Amino acid sequence: MNASPDALAQLERDYGLDKPLVVQYVDWLSGAVRGDLGTSMLTGADIASEIGAKATITLPLIALASLFAVLIALPIGMVSALRHRKLDGVALSTTSQLGIAIPTFWMGVMLISVFALRTSLFPAGGFPDEGWSAWTESVRSLMLPAITLGLAQGAVLARFARSATLDVMQQDYFRTARATGMTRAKALHVHGVRNALIPVISVLGVQISTLIVGAIVVENVFALPGIGQMLLQDVAIRDYPKVQGIVVCATAMVFVVGFFIDLAMAAVDPRARRAS
Amino acid sequence: MSLLEVNNLTVSFGDHHVVRNVSFAVQPGEQLGIIGESGSGKSLSMLAIMGLLPEGATVSGSVLFDGQELLQRTDAEMSKFRGKHIGMVFQDPLASLNPLMTIGKQVAQPLINHKIASRKDARLRATELCSLVGLPEPQRMVESYPHQLSGGQRQRVGLAIALACSPSLLIADEPTTALDVTVQQEVLQAIRGLAAAQGTSLIFVSHDLPVVASMVNRVLVLHDGTVVENTSKDQLLRAPQHPHTQRIVASAKQSSALLRQATQSSAQ
Amino acid sequence: MKRNRTLTVGVILIAFSLISTLVGWIWTPYDPLDMNPDVSFARPSFSHILGTDVFGRDVLSNIMIGARSTLIVALVSVFIGIALGAAIGISAALSPAKVRQLTIFGIDIILALPSVLFAIVLAAVYGASTFTATIAIGIALSAAIAQVTRRETTQVLRSDYVAAAKVSGSGTGQIIRLHVLPNILPSLLVQASGAVAIAILAESTLSYLGLGTTPPTPSWGRMLAESQKYLLVDPIVALWPGLVIVLTVLGFNLIGDGLRLSLDPTMKRDAK
Repeated sequence: MNASPDALAQLERDYGLDKPLVVQYVDWLSGAVRGDLGTSMLTGADIASEIGAKATITLPLIALASLFAVLIALPIGMVSALRHRKLDGVALSTTSQLGIAIPTFWMGVMLISVFALRTSLFPAGGFPDEGWSAWTESVRSLMLPAITLGLAQGAVLARFARSATLDVMQQDYFRTARATGMTRAKALHVHGVRNALIPVISVLGVQISTLIVGAIVVENVFALPGIGQMLLQDVAIRDYPKVQGIVVCATAMVFVVGFFIDLAMAAVDPRARRAS
Repeated sequence: MSLLEVNNLTVSFGDHHVVRNVSFAVQPGEQLGIIGESGSGKSLSMLAIMGLLPEGATVSGSVLFDGQELLQRTDAEMSKFRGKHIGMVFQDPLASLNPLMTIGKQVAQPLINHKIASRKDARLRATELCSLVGLPEPQRMVESYPHQLSGGQRQRVGLAIALACSPSLLIADEPTTALDVTVQQEVLQAIRGLAAAQGTSLIFVSHDLPVVASMVNRVLVLHDGTVVENTSKDQLLRAPQHPHTQRIVASAKQSSALLRQATQSSAQ
Repeated sequence: MKRNRTLTVGVILIAFSLISTLVGWIWTPYDPLDMNPDVSFARPSFSHILGTDVFGRDVLSNIMIGARSTLIVALVSVFIGIALGAAIGISAALSPAKVRQLTIFGIDIILALPSVLFAIVLAAVYGASTFTATIAIGIALSAAIAQVTRRETTQVLRSDYVAAAKVSGSGTGQIIRLHVLPNILPSLLVQASGAVAIAILAESTLSYLGLGTTPPTPSWGRMLAESQKYLLVDPIVALWPGLVIVLTVLGFNLIGDGLRLSLDPTMKRDAK
């Protein structure tokens, strides 16, 4: 850059970069609390609104992926626990071990190769330019990414579902259920699902930050114009305030999700509810 | 024909034999008590009859229920007997109930499972059963959760669950051991009442002689996995044969003697 | 003594990557950077065991050298993680309550941030490179290790034999050296293998995103990113780097599980 010293100095004053570091930080913090994350160094646009715009793609992606993860993990975990002494139970348990070792980006690439390029079920990437107004196209674009992320998370959750189910099978109320004439499978079906769901949901809460990283990766694999892709672009051009804003939003989201998880727990577990 | 005939029942975990050659019979309408200290194998014998032994256990011998052999049946086959023909109440009332389900749902479950009643009818019957075991406000009870009930109430729910399908045999494994003394009588009363009303045979397992004596007319004494005495209640209390039984009866009599002394001295 | 099947399988799985790294230092079938456009996208054959990529570079050679980058980043970052994590954990366990609470709080904050995100932030400030990736992963790992180390050190410090040692006059340093370290070592080993698996996944993810090993040094993640463009032409090229990653990660995870099973005699129940 060959700007004159005066222009540089003016730029510094504009962005408050001439103030001591601590003052800069406090200024930013007080703005952030009010929802003002400052303006991007490069584009000059409002960071908060840019994040908000891209969030319409990233948030549904994460939500859908979480749903898939639970839907995959619960049956696999429960069946592998039910048949943990038989061959197919061990096979299922090994499969989830394998699932944890598979990098998300590879899973995405493989799924593209099989489902997007061989069949025309799903697009190989991208998101319709018109956004959500092109409803069906948008959903189709999010399917493979959500499945990829869901499979990756599901593998982790399946292990917890399995140990939670094994735990349920050791409980006295499980024995009572069998004493009334239910087979192990039926007893799990009636009594086990909700009890196994509790640890799975709480682990999901802890895994949110991993899901966010997964979303960044998956958006990159499938060329989705979400927060993840934007983040990587900002890193490439070293737009630090923007990166900081995104990380803060991500952290805030972790807390918000934690709150919703608590709500979900109260819904499932009557003992957690305040009023009886 | 006996309702239940157990012959040479042996339960082992590897080389460790916890139940050794236990044999006894229960007639229709009879109440049998099984006494033994912890570790005597009484609970495991009952679990063996129900086919609910923990993993790693090996069973041998014969258990005939109504003439049909129960041992070596598959889990699916046994599930047809459990709840429908043989019911069981366990020791820990809170742990034995699913904390996430309402009482009504849990009592109705056996009726629905064994296709005795539709979902709706089962719920109605559940409310009935709750009042039969002496629970207050059955309508409200049916919508409550286990943690909202007292220990005695929970155990009565357990009883309702076990007797929901009117089985011909009820096995009660230390049902009052985990309860306060004041509450014990209510539960024992409920067992006596409902069992009599349905004509259910009873096996009452406990380490507590006075409690067992109040419930049964015949007693089996288990010690270290084997049967050491098998007599009527009166015979047991009056003239116990085996040294172990004599010790149990003696200490029980001593406790009640002490209590009588204390009552007399405080009355003076 | 029963053979530890999990451990054995784990070692077998990582054998390929380890051997590739060691052999690759001296020899690879071809120069991984050697471009031969006329043999691009060759099918696996005797001359090119895993085929070639878009520029005619031998896939096997690239994977062998890529193993080196990934493993070095993984091992160095795990080393950082353990050294830093154990130090923080042990000192937190020894600190007075207020300092300890503060440290736990700090650990929790870093713990909430996954290593890849941390590396991304670091890359935004200092630019992306193998170095920033290694540091970022190392710091992220240290948080988890610090947490577990702190808990275990506290347990050791509460034990009777440490109390006896204190009574007979042993100083803090001695207690750490003679009692704490030997007792937490098994758990550190187990954590280390798990951490290597995480680090490998993190490094390859970062390389895939273009934030890790810079070209032209071969790396598994970047190989995958490049092959993605040509999936329609040759999907097999995308298979190999991913496969090696899966096998190596699975291997280290199994080694960790196997170590846990053989080092903890009190655990009779199924650990998985």
